Amino acid sequence: MPEMIDLFAGFGIIPTAVKIGILIGLVMTAVAYISFAERRIAGFIQERIGPNRVGPLGLLQPLADGLKFIFKEEIIPSLAHKPTFILAPAIAVTTALTTFAVLPFGGPFEAWGKTISPMVADLDIGVLYILAVASLGVYGIVLAGWSSNNKYSLLGGLRSTAQLISYELPMTLALVGVLMAAGSLRLADIVNAQMNSAWYAVAMPLGAFIFIVSAFAETNRLPFDMPEAEAEIVAGYHTEYSSMKFAMFYMAEYMNVTMSSCLITLLFFGGWHLPFVEGMLQGLSQPSRAAAHAAIFAGKTTFFIFFYIWVRWTLPRFRYDQLMRLGWKVLLPLALANIFYVGGAILLGWF
Amino acid sequence: MAEAIFWFNAFIAVLTAAVVVLHRNPVVEALALALHLCSIAVFFVLLEAPFAAVIQVILYAGAIMVLFLFVVMLLDPGGEGKAGRAGKIQLAATLLGAGAFLAALLPVALAAGAGELPPPVHPGFGGVRTFGQLLFTEYLFPFEAASVLLLSAMIGALYLAKRELD
Repeated sequence: MPEMIDLFAGFGIIPTAVKIGILIGLVMTAVAYISFAERRIAGFIQERIGPNRVGPLGLLQPLADGLKFIFKEEIIPSLAHKPTFILAPAIAVTTALTTFAVLPFGGPFEAWGKTISPMVADLDIGVLYILAVASLGVYGIVLAGWSSNNKYSLLGGLRSTAQLISYELPMTLALVGVLMAAGSLRLADIVNAQMNSAWYAVAMPLGAFIFIVSAFAETNRLPFDMPEAEAEIVAGYHTEYSSMKFAMFYMAEYMNVTMSSCLITLLFFGGWHLPFVEGMLQGLSQPSRAAAHAAIFAGKTTFFIFFYIWVRWTLPRFRYDQLMRLGWKVLLPLALANIFYVGGAILLGWF
Repeated sequence: MAEAIFWFNAFIAVLTAAVVVLHRNPVVEALALALHLCSIAVFFVLLEAPFAAVIQVILYAGAIMVLFLFVVMLLDPGGEGKAGRAGKIQLAATLLGAGAFLAALLPVALAAGAGELPPPVHPGFGGVRTFGQLLFTEYLFPFEAASVLLLSAMIGALYLAKRELD
């Protein structure tokens, strides 16, 4: 039976279901607190306080936000195309959440006499799976833009389509360098390959730079948040959305930010590997080493999520033509050059 | 399990294909086509070809269909219900096409009935490694020829668009 279906065959379904439950809990909590962190950090950067009233340090703010979203009035414009209007936020959240299935939090380890791999599905083609599912996420935005029957929404939807397709290209090509060097599409293999040589951010800084810039564009975050651009097109594709449907777009955005941060960590910054520390971890028992690995991975990912927020509140928005020029005339040729560089490096035996 | 998934997926595939043909709203049709392409990807997974499945989703559902939707959204003049009813020629063409397709399927169906299916290829056939090796050894020439064809199509499209602009 194919490996994707193997996971659910026989008794395999119980551990898989448990893992899925843990993962969804983790991602949802992370998303809630990233939205909180964004507001606190924005406050810090702009020399104001930010939300600090609900609970100690304002830590219960996400809970209050969630309740508020649920109890807000739900408005569907009378001329909207209702089925797609309702479907669009669901697509956005589902695709964002599904990508996490192949995310490894560490290598497989032995505990209680069993080998446990800290991920839901260990696919041969993990990286491509993430790209495939993420590329379906654009439907959520496009459909939201079209079904709202609002010209600003439609403009936002069109902008996002053009932007996502344009930046998918340099992002994938930057990824090609990593895949060539690691010789595998499995995320865990890519991390192990970096343990044996160097972090790819060091070995191919150009590739890492292109990937990070494109990832910002793919997640519609400032300085590339053209689909929303509140100063130009009100709020873009989610202008007409209210209550929990708006919150779903919001959640999808933060899930995508989390996923991109995880990918940047895994592909270019060694995943759960830290130089020097790795030697110290050798003496530990397998489960505690796995916990240390997961903590290292979470720490690095948190840094990149912070980086996302930091950039958002520091840089101004690009103009739309500048965005397209950057994607097609700068990043794309650079990404191709990076592939040649990696090829040469492999020939010289650097990897 | 695999069989249950196959039948469920086959149902989705046929249903979405029917929606593509029968629905009156072009955007809904484009969406149904996207879903149909995804269900084809599931068939690839069942056939132990995960690489083909993922490429199917990335290229067709993720890129080409999005552009389709883009064009439909921009060009669709009045929204719903504007697609014309099928005329006699379209009806005849549909029947002819369906007939030709069924005729092509008939030998396979007969062979399956008699239990004479070809043996499954070796495991790992649909993986990236085998795929890449075949592409760069046995199918190198068709692969390169196809890329040249795409390049010429791209230049042609650029030329047509530029001429209209000038």
